[in-house]
Amino acid sequence: MSATRRSVLTGAAATSAVFAMPGLVRAQAPQIKIGILQPVTGALAQDGEYGRLGAEIALNEINAAGGIKSMGGAKLQMVFGDARSNPEGGTAEVERMQSEGVAAIVGGFASPICLAASQAASRYDIPYIVDVGVSDQIVNRGLKNTFRLGPGFGTVTTAALDNLVKLNDAAGKPAKTVVIVHEDGLFGSGMAKLMNAELPKRGFEVLETIAHPTPSRDMTNVALRIKALNPDLVIPSSYYGEFVLLARTLQQQKIRPKGIYAVLNGAASNFRFVKEFPEAANLVMDCNHWADPRKPKTATVRASAEKDGRFWLYNTPLNYSCVGLLADAIERAASADKTKVTEALASSTFSDHIMPYGPTKFVNGQNSGAAPVNTQVQSGDIKVIFPTEFADAKPVFPAT
Amino acid sequence: MLKPDIIIAAVANGLLTGAVYALIALGLTLVYGVLHIINFAHGATLTASMFAVFVCHQVFRLDPYVAVFVLTPLFFVLGYLVQRFVIGPASHGNDSNILLVTLGLSIVIENALLATFRSDTRSIDVPYGFSVLEVGPLLLSVPKVVAFVTSFAVAALLGLLLVKTDTGKAIRAVAKEKAGAALVGINVEHVYAITFGIGAACLAIAACLLMPTYLVNPRSGNAFVLVAFTIVVLGGMGSIGGALAGGLIIGVVESLSGLVLGESLGQIGIFLIFILVLLLKPTGLSGARS
Repeated sequence: MSATRRSVLTGAAATSAVFAMPGLVRAQAPQIKIGILQPVTGALAQDGEYGRLGAEIALNEINAAGGIKSMGGAKLQMVFGDARSNPEGGTAEVERMQSEGVAAIVGGFASPICLAASQAASRYDIPYIVDVGVSDQIVNRGLKNTFRLGPGFGTVTTAALDNLVKLNDAAGKPAKTVVIVHEDGLFGSGMAKLMNAELPKRGFEVLETIAHPTPSRDMTNVALRIKALNPDLVIPSSYYGEFVLLARTLQQQKIRPKGIYAVLNGAASNFRFVKEFPEAANLVMDCNHWADPRKPKTATVRASAEKDGRFWLYNTPLNYSCVGLLADAIERAASADKTKVTEALASSTFSDHIMPYGPTKFVNGQNSGAAPVNTQVQSGDIKVIFPTEFADAKPVFPAT
Repeated sequence: MLKPDIIIAAVANGLLTGAVYALIALGLTLVYGVLHIINFAHGATLTASMFAVFVCHQVFRLDPYVAVFVLTPLFFVLGYLVQRFVIGPASHGNDSNILLVTLGLSIVIENALLATFRSDTRSIDVPYGFSVLEVGPLLLSVPKVVAFVTSFAVAALLGLLLVKTDTGKAIRAVAKEKAGAALVGINVEHVYAITFGIGAACLAIAACLLMPTYLVNPRSGNAFVLVAFTIVVLGGMGSIGGALAGGLIIGVVESLSGLVLGESLGQIGIFLIFILVLLLKPTGLSGARS
C-alpha cells in the first residue's frame, strides 16, 4: 500500500520537476491539483483503496490523453488525503488540500465523511464531488459546492423494493415471509427501519429483525434463528466480514431460503466473496451501485483494476466516473478557478462515465438520472438482473 | 417460543466457540500470572498469527492443521525474542513500562500488517470448511469440533508442563516470588521470555484453529481480546483451569444471550459477568491469589 502511494508521489514529483524546468524557457501548461479523499486506513480502508484505484486510473488516462485541452494540455495532479475512516480525518484532509490549492475534491466514500468533508470544502468554495456516500442529507443541505453522481439512499431503497416485488411477482409470488439481518450501526439500523415500514405495504411479512455488531466473531446464532423462523427471504444489511460469515454459516447449517436479497451490501456484489466462496455466494442478490456492463469502457477500466490482482468493486467505477465528470467540467470551464468549475459542474451533461446512468443532470447537486442496479451471483460471476433494459442475465428465483 | 433443538444447538455452538476463546485467554492469563502485566499486544499477535496461517495456505499451500506444527514453534521463538530483546530491555525493570511497550508493539504490528496486507478481509477455503458432524438434531461444524478438542489438549499439555518439568517449576517459582527465584539461581529474564513465547505459541495454535471458519483483516484479533480479558478475570488471573472453565461459560452465555436478546444486545451477557465477577468475586472462579 505504502509502496503504491510512494511511487505515485514520486511520480507526481518527477512530473512536476520535468514541467518546472522547461517552464523557464517557454510558457508551460500549469498543473491542476485535484484532491482525492478516501479512507485508506481504519475500518473502511478496503473501500477507500478501491475508490483511490478508480481515481488513479481516471487521472492517468486523462493525462495520457493530453490533459485538459482547453488549458493547453494542463495535467491533473492528484493530492491524496486519507480520511482515516472518520469525519474528523476527512475535514482535516480538506484543510490540507485547501492549503495545497486544489481545484476540486472527489471522494469521501462513507456518508459521515462526505457530510463533514463537503461542508468543510464549502467554506472555501471548493467544488466537492461525492463518490459513494448515499445519505440523502448530503445533497439536501443547499451546499452549492456539493455534487453527487451516484444515487442516494431513497432512490436505492425504492428501486430495491420495487424490483423485489417485480422479481417475486414474475416467479409467481413464492416469497411471503422475510427475516431482516442488519449491522447495528447507522447504516444497517436505518435500512432495517425502512424495510420494516415498507415491506408489509408490499405484501411481505417481516418475521423478525436481527441486529448484530460489527465486528462479530460468530454468526451461528443468527443462522440458528433464521433456521427456527424458516423465512422465504433473508434481507441482510451488513458489512463485508459479517455477511460472508453469515452466508458461510447458512451454507454449513444447510439453511436455504428461497432468496437472499441484499440492499447496499458490503459483500453480495463483491468479487472477492464470489471467488473465495462460490457456493455460499451463489444466487445471492444485491441492489447496489454497479458499472454499466454494456459500455465498452467498463471492460477497459475493469482490466486496469484487475491487472495488479485487485477485485472489481463498485468503488472503482464510481470514482473513475467522478474524476471524469470533474475533468469534463474543468475542460468546459477552461479554468481551474473554483467558482468556474462549480458552475461548469452544475450545468454538466457529462455522459462519458461507465455507470448505468444517462447524461448527467444535477438538480440541487444530485444527479437526477442516477440509479442502482440489481445484481445476482450466478455461477461464479456477478450478473445484472434489473433493470431489464441492460440486464446481462435473467434472475434465478426462487433459489430452492 | 424457541424450539429445544435450537437452544441445544446454541449451547453446543457456545461450547465449541468458548474453547477457542479459552485457548486465546490461556496465553493472556499465563503472561499475567508470571509477569504481572496485561499484554496489550495479545490481539495484534493473534492477528499476526492469523495472517501467518493465511500466508502458509496461500503461498506454501499448507493446510492450517499442518501449518500449526510450523507456526507454533515459530511464534514461540518470536515471542521469546520479543520479550527478551524488546519488551524486557525497554521496560528498564519497571512493570508499568512493560504495559506501555506492549501497547506500542500492538500499534506497530497492526500497522505493519495494514501496510503489508492492506485492509482487505481475507479468508481461506479448506475442503473441510463446510463439513459438519450430524449428532442427533445437531449439525456441528467439523473445524469447530477440532478446535474444541485441540484447545483442551493444549490446556492439558500446558498444565503438565507447569507441574512436571523444570521449566514449568521455574515459571511457577517466578510467578510466586521473583526475587526468591532469582536467589536460587533461576534466570528470571529467561523465564519471562519463555512465558511470553508460550503465550504467543498458544495464539498461533488458536489462529490455525480459527482460520478454517473465520476471516482475517488487520484488526480481527481485537474482536477476541476483549472476550479473552473477561475470561481471564472470570477464571482467575493466572489460572489455566479457570481460563478453560471461563472460556466455556463465556461461550455459552454469549451464544444463549445472542439467541434470546439478539446478537447486538447479546454481548451484554459477557460484560454483565465481567462486572459481577469484579464486584462479587474479584479473585475469579479459581479463587487463587490475585
